[in-house]
Amino acid sequence: MSDFVSGFWSTYISVLVLVSVIGCGVFLWTQGNAKFAPGEKTHHVWDETLEEYSNPLPNWWRWMFYITVVFSLGYLAVYPGLGSYVGQFSWSSHGQYDKEIADAKAKYDPIYDAFKKQDIRMVAADPKAREMGRSLFLTYCAQCHGSNAKGARGYPNLTDNDWLWGGEPVQIKTSIMEGRIGVMPPYGGNPDAVGGPTGAKEVANYVRSLSGLPNDSILAAKGMEKFKLVCSVCHGLEGKGNPALGAPNLTDKVWLFSSREDAIIDIITKGRTMQMPAHKDFLGEAKAHILAAYVYGLGGGVSAAPAAPATTNATINATTATVNANQ
Amino acid sequence: MSQSAPNLGSRNGSENVVEQSLYEARKKIHIRAVTGLFSNWRWAFVWLTQLVFYGLCWLPWNGRQAVLFDLVERKFYIFGLIFWPQDIIYLAVLLIISAYSLFLFTAIGGRLFCGYACPQTVYSEIFIWIERKIEGERNARMKLDRQAMNPRKFALKFAKHSIWLVFALWTGFTFVGYFTPIKMLATEVLEFSLGPWEVFWLLFYGFATYGNAGYMREQVCKYMCPYARFQGVMFDPDTLIVTYDEERGEPRGSRSKKLDHKSAGKGDCIDCGICVQVCPTGIDIRQGLQYECIGCSACIDGCDQVMDKMNYPRGLIRYSTEHAMQEKWGRKEILAHLVRPRVIVYGLLLAVIIIAAAYGIATRTPFKVDVIRDRNSLSREDENGMIENSFRLRIMNVSEASRTYAVSVSGMDRVDILHQPSIQIEVPAMKAETISLEVYAPPESGMPGANRIYFNVKAVDDEKIAVHEKASFIMPQSARY
Repeated sequence: MSDFVSGFWSTYISVLVLVSVIGCGVFLWTQGNAKFAPGEKTHHVWDETLEEYSNPLPNWWRWMFYITVVFSLGYLAVYPGLGSYVGQFSWSSHGQYDKEIADAKAKYDPIYDAFKKQDIRMVAADPKAREMGRSLFLTYCAQCHGSNAKGARGYPNLTDNDWLWGGEPVQIKTSIMEGRIGVMPPYGGNPDAVGGPTGAKEVANYVRSLSGLPNDSILAAKGMEKFKLVCSVCHGLEGKGNPALGAPNLTDKVWLFSSREDAIIDIITKGRTMQMPAHKDFLGEAKAHILAAYVYGLGGGVSAAPAAPATTNATINATTATVNANQ
Repeated sequence: MSQSAPNLGSRNGSENVVEQSLYEARKKIHIRAVTGLFSNWRWAFVWLTQLVFYGLCWLPWNGRQAVLFDLVERKFYIFGLIFWPQDIIYLAVLLIISAYSLFLFTAIGGRLFCGYACPQTVYSEIFIWIERKIEGERNARMKLDRQAMNPRKFALKFAKHSIWLVFALWTGFTFVGYFTPIKMLATEVLEFSLGPWEVFWLLFYGFATYGNAGYMREQVCKYMCPYARFQGVMFDPDTLIVTYDEERGEPRGSRSKKLDHKSAGKGDCIDCGICVQVCPTGIDIRQGLQYECIGCSACIDGCDQVMDKMNYPRGLIRYSTEHAMQEKWGRKEILAHLVRPRVIVYGLLLAVIIIAAAYGIATRTPFKVDVIRDRNSLSREDENGMIENSFRLRIMNVSEASRTYAVSVSGMDRVDILHQPSIQIEVPAMKAETISLEVYAPPESGMPGANRIYFNVKAVDDEKIAVHEKASFIMPQSARY
């Protein structure tokens, strides 16, 4: 009840409530000897002719009114209700929420903490931890990455072995705990160095040639020089990306948005900022540990799964050359 | 024994007004025992309802309790049927059937439910029976209540309340036994290991029975029960109500049995007051239809016995209708007028709802399917240009045997699950399983946006057990990147 603008309102409400409750009690008491004349009408008329007679009240109802008065005074003494008075039980909805959270923590934290001490690779192999991880993933991660962790447009697929920020268990855990912000500046930070919109088209053609997509070889050749000068700072001379910066590998067939030429030009000219929010404070380390193990165990983790299925996964779901072919 | 019905006082004019207290002290009603046709009907309903209530919870079925409402697991067992929370519609239907039955019976015969089958009536009847066996008939009870406390009075009252309490606690125990398996509950009672809520409900229901049937009685009907009041508005002039034949009875008065009362200018009513003494709400039916009348017909049984003794024809108080009294109809005309539009409409509606509910329960599939679409990742495209949508399928097996289901999709050209014609999933008895599925379709087989598809889930062992569940398949906009 700290949201009153001044102490006056707290007093105002307290007085109003107490006067009403006690007033009801006093009124009942003064009516203890009330009389009525049988046959008297209440002067309420419905449907033109329907009238109501005064009737006596069962005596036990009167005692229920007294009980109500006593109950409400007792209630106001122990629970909040009188302005900013918090009541003898100091109950609040927020306090109850905190208590339930604390109870749940006391119950579940030991289960999470047992896994926290283990190596992520070991946790990933534990069926119970995988089940817990799946349930956590469906609650906290599936909104963006999808219920099967295959991602969506703009949200990375976690089941392939293409990793923006590295697929080592520790790197995955860091991504979950601290979050990641990937920044692609417009024109790599300098429109003049790339050569404006014309240069962007050339670079886009070069980028498409990196993953073997159809391209204009003359434009691509021009684009290559610009790429080496500007883009390679983050994406590397060979365009294979840099996990330390979250710069994507441009030579594989995995595309977070689209491989279409106009889409690539759009990203070069306008840039992109992508964010994975930090979950450290929200989930705590123990849950992040189990989630990292679950994501690692999905098959795309570096040196976790055999090479063959990992490659298959990598090629599925990505927007690739066939997009252009179909259009 | 005159009754207080102040609402009727004005009929006599309000010239000489006597003021009275606004608070009506309750006068204890000592009900005189009565036997007869309608009393037998009431006792038949007492036995029927209570044998079902106290007995049903002990009946075994398939190695479990036949009727059990498991609130923790949210499974509701009624013989071979098992209801899940998703079946809440059947509870709604049951309540609708109850409501229409009440409308129908009330339109035909007034407060039949109140008079014969209501738990308040039934338990009061049982409690009064116990009271009568211990404290004696009406006059003996009235005498006992007037006495100051003495060893005999204490012994009688103690015995009565002890038996009432044991009966009430058994009632509470039985009630809880529909929510906790009753054999387990019995063990818990013997071992003093009841849970807090079991203790609460056992005592709450027990004391509600004790208080309502032992003490409150007609006060419940007069001041607490909403149905008592709203049944009154469903009466019409052709509704059968307990009626005193004023024309035949008046002028009332005591007389010798030998007197030819008709030539002496007297009516058939000998003013013995039996009809008032047997009334559970303490009213005088001779003042006409009153809101307190619960339609129990105890006054009919009481009066008929008196008429027999006097060698007068029965039926001075009888079931009749307002129209019949005005028009002097006989039984045949009364029955003919019972069939009227209101009764036909209620009856037809009731029949339709009961048939629909029975059909629904008889043909319901013993499993349920929820299709949950991924909300954010609408669609993806794989390297072969196939469009992929992710779904989660929750299959709930509501039967008591483990089952394997085959899942397939239809509704679009060349749509499939994981490039297979169908996939299989086994769900244990009474459990729900959730599976993730990727559904693929070529881009040319649908329009950009949502396309209707269907998940077809069939039990492998029985093709007839099948569910056809709607879902949407999202095709991306072609120009999107």
